[in-house]
Amino acid sequence: MRKIVTSVLAGVGLALACGTSVHAQEKSLTIFWAEWDPANYLQELGNEYEKETGVKITVETTPWSDFQTKAFTEFNAHGDAYDLVVGDSQWLGAGSTGGHYVDLTDFFKKHKLNDVMAPATVKYYAEYPGNSGKYWAIPLEGDAVGWSYRKDWFEDPKEKEAFKAKYGYDLDVPKDFKALRDIAEFFYRPDQKKYGIAIYTDNSYDAMAMGFENALFSYGGELGDYATYKVDGHINSEKAVAALDAYKELYKFTPPGWAKSFFVEDNQAITENLAAMSMNYFAFFPSLINESSNPNAKNTGFFANPPGPNGDQFAALGGQGISVVSYSQKQDEAMKFLEWFIKDETQKKWAALGGYTCSAAVLKSPEFQSATPYNKAFYETMFKVKDFWAVPEYAELLQQLNQRIYPYMIGGSGTAKETLDALAADWNATFKKYGRVK
Amino acid sequence: MATTMITTLDRSSRAAARGLSDISIRNLFIIPTILFLIVFNIFPLIYSLGYSFTDFRASTNAPANFVGLQNYRDLLNDPYVWSNFAITAKYVIISVAGQLFVGFGVAMLLNRDIPMKGLLTTLLLLPMMLSMAVVGLFWKLLYDPSFGIINYALGLGTFEWLADPKMALYAVALTDIWMWSPFVMLLSLAGLSAVPKHLYEAAAIDRAGPFYTFFRITLPLVAPILMIAVIFRTMEAFKTFDLAYILTSQPTAELISIRLYKMAFQEWQTGRSCAMAYIVLIMVLAITNIYVKYLNKVKER
Repeated sequence: MRKIVTSVLAGVGLALACGTSVHAQEKSLTIFWAEWDPANYLQELGNEYEKETGVKITVETTPWSDFQTKAFTEFNAHGDAYDLVVGDSQWLGAGSTGGHYVDLTDFFKKHKLNDVMAPATVKYYAEYPGNSGKYWAIPLEGDAVGWSYRKDWFEDPKEKEAFKAKYGYDLDVPKDFKALRDIAEFFYRPDQKKYGIAIYTDNSYDAMAMGFENALFSYGGELGDYATYKVDGHINSEKAVAALDAYKELYKFTPPGWAKSFFVEDNQAITENLAAMSMNYFAFFPSLINESSNPNAKNTGFFANPPGPNGDQFAALGGQGISVVSYSQKQDEAMKFLEWFIKDETQKKWAALGGYTCSAAVLKSPEFQSATPYNKAFYETMFKVKDFWAVPEYAELLQQLNQRIYPYMIGGSGTAKETLDALAADWNATFKKYGRVK
Repeated sequence: MATTMITTLDRSSRAAARGLSDISIRNLFIIPTILFLIVFNIFPLIYSLGYSFTDFRASTNAPANFVGLQNYRDLLNDPYVWSNFAITAKYVIISVAGQLFVGFGVAMLLNRDIPMKGLLTTLLLLPMMLSMAVVGLFWKLLYDPSFGIINYALGLGTFEWLADPKMALYAVALTDIWMWSPFVMLLSLAGLSAVPKHLYEAAAIDRAGPFYTFFRITLPLVAPILMIAVIFRTMEAFKTFDLAYILTSQPTAELISIRLYKMAFQEWQTGRSCAMAYIVLIMVLAITNIYVKYLNKVKER
């Protein structure tokens, strides 16, 4: 018995010792983000910060599929495991009204971040509610949906000739959605195991919504009125219906089994010689110019989301801002990190490491635009982006969109008009439930 | 009363020497378990029942409002939820019937003297020892239309197992059958080897045919243990989540547990998802009860 008591005491002592050793190293910050390359770049940037200040930065990551779930589980439990979180743009509503994020309005005004960061990034990564002048995050990783394509397929003289004969204009980077469709059709050759285009279709989170938005916004359509939450007449407008049909049309030219595809599959379409063009977030393009991850790296080109029939050109927004978690015990340290992060030279370093800076000055600089084959397309895109709803109930809206659009897109049930009318009714009911419309 | 239920303590044992009575030993073993059950099972169960009558959302700091039966009313009027239930029922029937057929069939084949029977049985048991998520991931590769081995072996070209809305649920059920037939096989094998040999000898003397022997001797004697397999598999199939979630995102294969997960952890509709969980719980209880009643009847025979 005495032995047991001694060993238990020893165990308790050990636990206490470990506990105090953790407390001794108080100068550290934990940043939570999803598991992808930019998080590694942020860790490298954090290492620089540690060299300068001695404060250790740990970037903790989790796969995208449970990023949202894990972050909100921690928030809901008021846990202080993370001091800062690089949250998705749609989380702003839930993060701010739920009390999970620290209000950064004063910080924003003090450092005049409205002028420092690209306007779209401030609007979508930082401000909630829209036009309220209240800010909850610092734009960190700019991102939007762009396109990659196979230069060698496009530049093949035989293909060029055949394309011109069939469509009457030159095969080149698509100038509009019609050209996008034509090229996709042109390269769709199942007998050769070559397909036209790779698009987002996964309905488990926001993949399909982002893909559809690329068509919707360029066709001049809108999800709804962000100020009044009126959706009827917007999401089911003629332009929106045409956009949905255009997006569904592209699905015809995808590789087989393309019914649950997101960024991994879309990059595979390029690396595995499956498709001529592939939609993806800019954040996933670095691996496409890396020869160790893409055998076709030398033959891969990039372009911004093309305009629709009326010349409107927009793209769906990805990307994230960094917020201070209100349950963190080290908010002061976190603010100091943010002050360092927004400095011009830090932003330059961030861009050089591979991060997509939101700093307007860096974005406009020629060094940035010529640094990679896709930076120019990125710069062009970041000034014309639009995003999904950012209200706290955005996940319900997303689920309703998936429920309505997926069966039409993939299963071919109903018409585009019926689908979007039903979606408008669903969204209206949800906004009513939360008292946003009467 | 309680003391008569358990074997009395040996008076010369060390426990008795330390002055521990039967009852204190029993308490020592049972109380921690009961406490554990209460804290981690019973308490959350009752707590979530409370939440199911509110509009509580775990993602906000807003207080929960009592909404009465609103959540239940909304859920039972939601055509999507009904379609999820119909899909789940279809899935349970296909997958349990398939497992029963394959599992019992293989058990019949194995229930004879063949060389390396032990090794064969062990190898056949491998699928059910894998993790559901792992099975889902590699069957996704097997089903792949571009490079999957199933289409290659069957010469199906680019048949879209998971991308075809009509096929997706069957593909998930097929994977589940592959994974869990060994479980039914194992139980059936135990049942089959318990059938007294002399019954077969008597049947042979009476010149009973193989069908007669099967339906009059084998099946009735193995039925109770098969029923147990069916109960287990039905409950499990009803709860299937990881396999289907990984394999496909087709709305035509969205099982009730996937809908529940999305509602609870993506949309954070905590109150409503609690109500949904209760609806599922009641259904599983009802189905299991029917089975158990039937099992008792089979046993009495």
